[in-house]
Amino acid sequence: MYNINQVNNPHHDDKLIEACSLFGMMDTTGRRFSGRDIVRAIANMHVRGNGLGGGFAVYGLYPEYDDAYAFHVMYLSQEGRVNTEAFLKQKFYLLHAEDVPTQPIPAIVNPPSVWRYFLEADSQKCDGQSPDDYVVDRVMEINASIKDAFVFSSGKNMAVFKGVGYPEDIASYFCLTQYEGYLWVAHGRFPTNTPGWWGGAHPFNILDWTVVHNGEISSYGINQRRLEEFGYPCTMHTDTEVIAYAVDLLMRKHHLPVEIMAKVLAPPFWSNIERRPPDEQNLLRTLRQVYGSLMLNGPFTTVIAHHGEMIGFTDRIRLRPLTVGVKGSMLYLSSEEAAIRLICPDLDRAWIPMGGEPIVGRLGRSNIQC
Amino acid sequence: MVDRDPERCIECQVCVNQCSFDVHYYDAEDDEVRSHEENCVGCHRCAVFCPTQALTIRRNPLDYRENYNWRPEAIEDVIKQAETGGVLLTGMGNDKGYRIYWDHLVLNASQVTNPSIDPLREPMELTTWLGRKPDRVELAPDSIDLKTELSPQVKLEIPVMFSAMSYGAVSLNVHESLARAATEAGTLWNTGEGGLHPRLYQYGANTIVQVASGRFGVHPEYLNIARAVEIKIGQGAKPGIGGHLPGEKVSREVSLTRMIPQGTDALSPAPHHDIYSIEDLAQLIYALKEATNYQKPILVKIAAVHNSAAIASGMVRAGADIIVLDGLRGSTGAAPKIIRDNVGIPIELALASVDSRLRQEGIRNQASVVIAGGIRTSGDVTKAIALGADAVYIATSALIALGCHVCQQCHTGKCAWGICTTDPALTKRVNPEIGARRLTNLLHSWSLEIKDMLGGMGINAVESLRGNRLHLRAVGLTDTELEILGVKMAGS
Ligand code: SF4
Ligand code: SF4
Repeated sequence: MYNINQVNNPHHDDKLIEACSLFGMMDTTGRRFSGRDIVRAIANMHVRGNGLGGGFAVYGLYPEYDDAYAFHVMYLSQEGRVNTEAFLKQKFYLLHAEDVPTQPIPAIVNPPSVWRYFLEADSQKCDGQSPDDYVVDRVMEINASIKDAFVFSSGKNMAVFKGVGYPEDIASYFCLTQYEGYLWVAHGRFPTNTPGWWGGAHPFNILDWTVVHNGEISSYGINQRRLEEFGYPCTMHTDTEVIAYAVDLLMRKHHLPVEIMAKVLAPPFWSNIERRPPDEQNLLRTLRQVYGSLMLNGPFTTVIAHHGEMIGFTDRIRLRPLTVGVKGSMLYLSSEEAAIRLICPDLDRAWIPMGGEPIVGRLGRSNIQC
Repeated sequence: MVDRDPERCIECQVCVNQCSFDVHYYDAEDDEVRSHEENCVGCHRCAVFCPTQALTIRRNPLDYRENYNWRPEAIEDVIKQAETGGVLLTGMGNDKGYRIYWDHLVLNASQVTNPSIDPLREPMELTTWLGRKPDRVELAPDSIDLKTELSPQVKLEIPVMFSAMSYGAVSLNVHESLARAATEAGTLWNTGEGGLHPRLYQYGANTIVQVASGRFGVHPEYLNIARAVEIKIGQGAKPGIGGHLPGEKVSREVSLTRMIPQGTDALSPAPHHDIYSIEDLAQLIYALKEATNYQKPILVKIAAVHNSAAIASGMVRAGADIIVLDGLRGSTGAAPKIIRDNVGIPIELALASVDSRLRQEGIRNQASVVIAGGIRTSGDVTKAIALGADAVYIATSALIALGCHVCQQCHTGKCAWGICTTDPALTKRVNPEIGARRLTNLLHSWSLEIKDMLGGMGINAVESLRGNRLHLRAVGLTDTELEILGVKMAGS
């Protein structure tokens, strides 16, 4: 069996420790734009990464297949591809398959091949499961049991491009300036205890959810144990994985709105809760009482995206940076303000949000909520 | 052995009056204070109170011939039993050399890749809520109106509570000290099984009342005045057996509170005679919930024994909101020595296996886990939380704060520090005002220390440490021990 953990965490550490740069931009009108600007922005934060991982998530990417699950799958061998394609054909209706176009550049050494598939699953294939749950399980199955194959992303009308290298190199390799989307997220990685492999780069994706994150969560041990109780085995040993599963649990399974989800992951202090009006107090108190084990503690900034929505927030005492910029219908989230100013020098507004305060950009809502 | 320095002794007889074990006596003929050294229990009351520091209490060097098997304690116990034909009684917790796992666990701290948090500059939260919690929060559709209603929760400002010590076993002044300190520090104290003196009803909001197999002092007002109700199934110092408060300790006040005639022995049966299986426990839990109108969480306390994990899971399913595990080193006012020293398992192992089991079964959120038995320092508390406890109970450390010198004579009723006794001449040695202050100080210093340790780990809320075993490493344990504790070896 293909052991992700062996590749990802060869020293068997508690988890992977890393720092990074992150950047997100979104046009809340839904207008699609190319990857040119985000590549310039993330490249401007070059020194926050160490070349061991870079990646991008793009939403609104495949309008021609907007109702199909778009799988981006990485292969380390021909055999991996043959087995995966047989699996996909058996488990899904395959609409289209193609090699993801790349442009070889000297900085990218020994890349795996990356393919994309547009897949559909009806109730007959899903066998009683909801299609989303079915897709999650199949992705886990491929990652855990098909040798030399790893699913980068599996959402509809979106994809993740990532690999080992600086983010700007990954962008040239995958020709990202040629794609368009209304929401882009980018990540540059600085891991300390993993050799860096293509699947381990960020963004981390599950269905159409992507997470990028900068930080080191000191609550990891209990977050991971709590998620395992809910049936999410944490095989990647990364904070990002824990955030992604927590978001999936809270929003998709427990139907909590995004602002409430942020209050679970980065809750206000008790003293702050006690100052709120009674109803709000009761809500915030109950959230902390019930979801205490999912609180993310220690330094982090995270940008979470799914269809139509991008949300960014830091830990409760803002131990990692996040700057917000707004220009018209454009929302920018970045580790550094300079990266935003580089691509949009005449911002309407730029500010640093309070610790734990979620910044939400939503499609169709012109004023950015904060 | 009592060493009295004749150069220093001024024959003031303070030691004579302070000693409740009749060690010191005044010989009027010679105008000299002398000792019956054979009575000395090593409680240090005289040495602390001697105004001229004339007294030194030392181990008696009269040794038996060296023998690893037949140590003095074993020899003396046999002699005592040959003389009396009875069960040997003792006080305090197991004093044998069983491995203390706290001393083999070390905590983590942040370096470089993430910053430690300075509790002097940043908020640091120890607030803990005990009680049953659901797995998810539900909101009314398309709104943020809360639909979920939690069953009663108890708030603790520090995850340390005072464990059960009954009125009768300890004095009313001790109860009052505990009650006042708990109220001041924002935590709870526990009445033990002897009822609650009406004078202390005013501290009800910080009181856990206990219902034990003897049902002493249990009546509707007692239950309803409390913050929470604890069903005591077992005690770490004496798993599997009941309690015995000798008639001499049942004074008028104690008899009123316990609701038994003055001077009669208060015998708690070994099992609850209405609990012979898990469904009976469920009935008692719900009877108490009914009696308190579902306003109070119900704790169920067991001694840590071999099948704790399975038993705990049954307790949660039977409706316990908080489960309490009392370990091998848990203390007692009186217990058969053979039971105290030989029955039960170390609390660290019980805690780890219970927490793991409840998580495997997906029911850990449904009950809080509290542990008791041998917690000495805030370091032990912090390690217990990392292993999976929501809160801990302390008793011996609280008594030490009140003066106890752990002489293990609690069962004699002669406690020279006025703690474990109902003799009015002795109980007045504990002043509730000072006692409450000393206990509050203890909790305050522990909370400062816990905050320092949390901050060091890069954590600013205690719930992020709870069950977070990655912040623990072990030193000098076997693979099996590591596996049960769910902790890795230091360096790995
Ligand atoms: S208390 Fe000290 S000074 Fe007083 S009689 Fe005893 S030994 Fe002597
Ligand atoms: S309570 Fe009193 S009798 Fe018991 S150990 Fe402490 S000092 Fe000795």
